[in-house]
Amino acid sequence: MVTIGPGEGLQVELQSSVEAQFGRQIRAVITETLEGLGVTDAHVQAIDKGALDCTIRARVTAAAVRATGKDVWKD
Amino acid sequence: MRNSKVVSLEEAIKKSGLKDGMTISFHHHFRGGDKVVNLVVDKLAQMGFKDLKLAASSLSDVHKPLIEHIKNGVITGISTSGLRGELADAISHGLLKEPVVFRSHGGRGSAIAGGELKIDVAFLGASACDELGNACGVPRSENGKSICGSLGYALPDARYAKHVVVLTDDLVAYPNLPAGIRGADVESVVVVDSVGDSAKISAGAIRDSKNPRDILLANQAAKVVINSGYFEDGFSIQTGTGGASLAVVKYIREEMINRGIKASFALGGITAHMVKLHEEGLIGKLIDVQSFDKVAAQSIASDPSHVEVSAVEYASGQHLGSATHALDIVILSALEVDTDFNVNVLVGSDGIIRGAIGGHQDTAADSALSIIVCPLLRGRIPCVVPKVTTLITPGKSVDVVVTEYGIAVNPGRPEIAEKLKAACLKLVDIKDLAAKANSIIGTPDPLPFGDKVVGVVMNRDGSVLDKIYNIKG
Repeated sequence: MVTIGPGEGLQVELQSSVEAQFGRQIRAVITETLEGLGVTDAHVQAIDKGALDCTIRARVTAAAVRATGKDVWKD
Repeated sequence: MRNSKVVSLEEAIKKSGLKDGMTISFHHHFRGGDKVVNLVVDKLAQMGFKDLKLAASSLSDVHKPLIEHIKNGVITGISTSGLRGELADAISHGLLKEPVVFRSHGGRGSAIAGGELKIDVAFLGASACDELGNACGVPRSENGKSICGSLGYALPDARYAKHVVVLTDDLVAYPNLPAGIRGADVESVVVVDSVGDSAKISAGAIRDSKNPRDILLANQAAKVVINSGYFEDGFSIQTGTGGASLAVVKYIREEMINRGIKASFALGGITAHMVKLHEEGLIGKLIDVQSFDKVAAQSIASDPSHVEVSAVEYASGQHLGSATHALDIVILSALEVDTDFNVNVLVGSDGIIRGAIGGHQDTAADSALSIIVCPLLRGRIPCVVPKVTTLITPGKSVDVVVTEYGIAVNPGRPEIAEKLKAACLKLVDIKDLAAKANSIIGTPDPLPFGDKVVGVVMNRDGSVLDKIYNIKG
């Protein structure tokens, strides 16, 4: 699950069952996805159980849409 | 009765001559429902014993209380087929000073029979036992409280341990025969409230998997079996538990009926599915070292062609008469398979011990055809990797790997590849499977292993195959 709240800069708080092997990659995917959406300041909480990158991207995008009220798929 | 061996647990321990530093042993036929290990070790701790070596046929989640006994110095060494749950986690992080010695079921049997693993006192749970120690894993009176079926892993202990204590929750009138554990080998009999919860012996759910990936894997594995050249009248087979393995049996059954083929025997952990095929006349004998569920346990109680065998007769590499040497086809699972066909079934991709060798090494090595069935990925965890985290079954004894992205055949078995190709099955190079996994999940960072050896993996011939290091964090 990914939740996004206000923050300064991009802060990613990750809890993952695959932290040792994939924590670095997951953080990078979260950051890149937000940057791609133009989000520069946010506090992200992500609880991961070993999801694939495509799923993480979708979750982060959905959380960003909810947090900002700006529908990236429509607008 | 005259010469009764029935005593209290404390008396049995005193009589056994057990001393600090000695080796005690247990079987795991009650699996997650086992009550004997915790009961006995609690008593030994109370009596002030220290520095004991615990030689179990396997250990699971239910043995978490051993963590305290390790911290208090009661238990200072462990040998087992596997470890799971919190105990496994603690040991992976370095709880025990000495490394745990991991052996396959056949390897343990050989080590006991050959004197490499010396047992001072065996504590063996049984569902029925008479006053002279004739004991079995099935109830023999209407007062029977438990059932575990075959006592195969306990039989080497009963035969070779210096001193044998049987614990039972149903003391029956002499003679409790036939019995796997013979009174002649037993020194004491202890009556307890419960040796185990029979509801917890099932390794997996006894139902057909509805998971579409399991069904696809099973379907592919069944096609490998059917087209391998070994699927002929009189063939023999062993499968594991779990959704995919059980579903394979379903597909093979259909094809056996279509072609009018019968199997001579099924081996190993026997499941309800195998019992069904046997009762339908599709399998001649069930050779049972461990009953995987209640249906199998009940079948061994009543069916003379469903027979109990010891771990030595089942899978010893040293005894050419062991059943694995007559086995044609085995279907096995894996946590990881690497590009050299090496298999890991013991240590998770997070470096934490979470499984058991079981009969994996034994059956893969001795069977004519070994088939590993595993998905390419479990979540983000790859199952086909460049190199296994821990080596359990060497690639030279692994013939075919079935994944949902294709079937890889060991280059050492070109004749099998030819047969499968002729049947229009999709064959792939195992290196391409590993590359495919990597393209989806990325390259994993290395695990944070420390430099303390927490486990030693033995090959079935008694040599060391691999070492497991502590995991940090």
